[in-house]
Amino acid sequence: MKEETANKLKILVGAAKYDVSCASSGSNRPNKGKGLGNTAPWGICHSFTEDGRCISLIKLMLTNYCIYDCAYCANRNSNDIPRSTFTVKEVADLTIEFYRRNYIEGLFLSSGVIKNPDYTMERMVRVAKELRNRNYNGYIHLKSIPGASEELQQLAGMYADRLSVNIEIATEPNLKMLAPEKNFKSILNPMKFIRNKIIENKEERRKFKHAPRFSPAGQSTQLIIGATPDNDKHILTLAGGLYNSKNLKRVYYSGFIPVNDYDKRLPALQEPPLKRENRLYQADWLFRFYGFSINEIVNDDHPDLDLEIDPKLSYALRNPWLFPIDINKASYETILRVPGIGVLSAKKILLARRYKSLDINNLKKIGVVLKRAKYFITCKELKEPTINELKPEGVRGILLHHEKPKLSNYVTQHKQLSLFSTN
Amino acid sequence: MNIFIYDQTFEGLLTTIYEAIELKVRPDKIVSAKSFQDDLFAIKNYVTTDHAKFESIWNQVNKKTTQQVCQRIFQAFLSEGPDIEMLIYNYIKLIIDTPYNIEVNFSDNFVLKLTNIQKKVGRETQRVIMFVRFQKTIDDIYYASFDPKYNVIPLTISHFRNRFADQKWVIFDTRRKYGYYYDLNEVREVTIGNQKVNNNSGKVENDILHVSEKLFQKLWKSYYDTINIKERKNLKVHMQFLPKRFWKFLPEKDFKNKMVLS
Ligand code: SF4
Repeated sequence: MKEETANKLKILVGAAKYDVSCASSGSNRPNKGKGLGNTAPWGICHSFTEDGRCISLIKLMLTNYCIYDCAYCANRNSNDIPRSTFTVKEVADLTIEFYRRNYIEGLFLSSGVIKNPDYTMERMVRVAKELRNRNYNGYIHLKSIPGASEELQQLAGMYADRLSVNIEIATEPNLKMLAPEKNFKSILNPMKFIRNKIIENKEERRKFKHAPRFSPAGQSTQLIIGATPDNDKHILTLAGGLYNSKNLKRVYYSGFIPVNDYDKRLPALQEPPLKRENRLYQADWLFRFYGFSINEIVNDDHPDLDLEIDPKLSYALRNPWLFPIDINKASYETILRVPGIGVLSAKKILLARRYKSLDINNLKKIGVVLKRAKYFITCKELKEPTINELKPEGVRGILLHHEKPKLSNYVTQHKQLSLFSTN
Repeated sequence: MNIFIYDQTFEGLLTTIYEAIELKVRPDKIVSAKSFQDDLFAIKNYVTTDHAKFESIWNQVNKKTTQQVCQRIFQAFLSEGPDIEMLIYNYIKLIIDTPYNIEVNFSDNFVLKLTNIQKKVGRETQRVIMFVRFQKTIDDIYYASFDPKYNVIPLTISHFRNRFADQKWVIFDTRRKYGYYYDLNEVREVTIGNQKVNNNSGKVENDILHVSEKLFQKLWKSYYDTINIKERKNLKVHMQFLPKRFWKFLPEKDFKNKMVLS
């Protein structure tokens, strides 16, 4: 492993970096027979890039040669860029050597399509198999190639902890426009196959404890945001449908970074839509953990998320008649709907109110942040006006006015500042 | 003024609490023998650590609450905070004196304080698990230095032992000058005598590094630099997740590892 590997690493990591998924969670593969590695169900980050993202896996492309020509992709066939291909052994060695030094939780492997989907997928499966043969029990995430045979998907799931098939574009006509070789069917079919296998496997493992696992950390997908005019309702409705019908573990939203600005099918963006991406993640959480339906978050009247305020606050301001709620009486589900109160705080409130009726100081003490919440709740000795008196516009005004620059605002702010300094 | 003096071990502290309860005195201070400065007017109680007394307290806590609470108390102890002994005394006394389980009564000051300290210790433990970086040596031992705020290395041992079962490793606490060595069979507490590790940077000296070690550090640094998306640069979040105090042990943050490619 020498300079050549170093060169390949640069090319094939650079080629893989726009896939945002880096989760290593959801699997609890034990270290069997005193081998190397295990997986932590909660996932572990081992470093953070300067863009603030968690590094948990070594993210590589097996090759960045590709016969396809997707408009949004840096590795598309028509781009004249350095190309390279790893050998199976190189990827296995890198993964194991990094793993042994505690740099990573495991491997995330994707690939450009060479020759045909099966040929490509077969090589990816060989990497995973090689690693497991070397008694490596760390995390493996394989990005399935749309159009690969079910036999190969099946094999992939036997070795990997997670499989993913990326949809990238939220509506089919737009997908076809930007990626003529792809369609929804070629992506949704493998998802369905993987889902069925996972369910089957769970059943099997209930009966036979030692039945081999199939993709124990489930499957995920990625949607690119802002490369097409699709609105947040399109995106979230698709995501919600995938969570429900394909049992996806995660949908990742990736703000579009213009890599091929010569392609006029793509919008010219000044900067990636990071704010919108962030709001989509928040909406996704409301759907998965807070009991909101997609329709409550986005609908025909509000097809796009409000960029200025988070989707829960936005929901509350649109539905003022549901508030204020009584912290000492309301159900867990209702408390969860209060802007600014998260799962942890809601649970703490439920526990603490068993001992006594809570007042505002009790809430503060157990760590409930009241900045936003106070307009939507009543409890002992809270004398501040609520949304009833202030009206939604009033609350919105106060909160926007006081809102300190958030981390997610940082990118835009940073740009504005540098405007001044160049004058 | 009632001062209890113990041997700075967890067993010793629980023995102390046992004795205070037995004597029906409320300690004004519990200090370790090492940090104790004599006080002429105080009543001094020198405590001899006693396993049976320790167990008695441990079991009472366990019965009244849950296994997690026992763990929480132990972890809070590892914070080595200045008044941690009295806080643990007050917390345990509260558990024993209250007929019901107070574990989640966060409106109580002691409960809240102890829980918060334990959380900090838990976070530091997680950081060790995240940021430990092994360097491979010529005798195939994977060595790592760390400088944790709290005395948390013991809490990480089972994780590393399960994960790296087929390699020898050492994790060394540079602040407290002790560490653990796994020899493929068992984990032992060790101190390190020789001068082959730089105490500031935690780096193993070149002559005992494995021939491939530098290469993998460089490959990792190269990976780290390449995976970054510069259009998304966000140093504020970066610094929040990866505070500077951890950088000295991270090869990806060491500019000397920069790979020069032809
Ligand atoms: S198939 Fe994948 S690698 Fe190939 S051009 Fe499309 S997105 Fe890029």
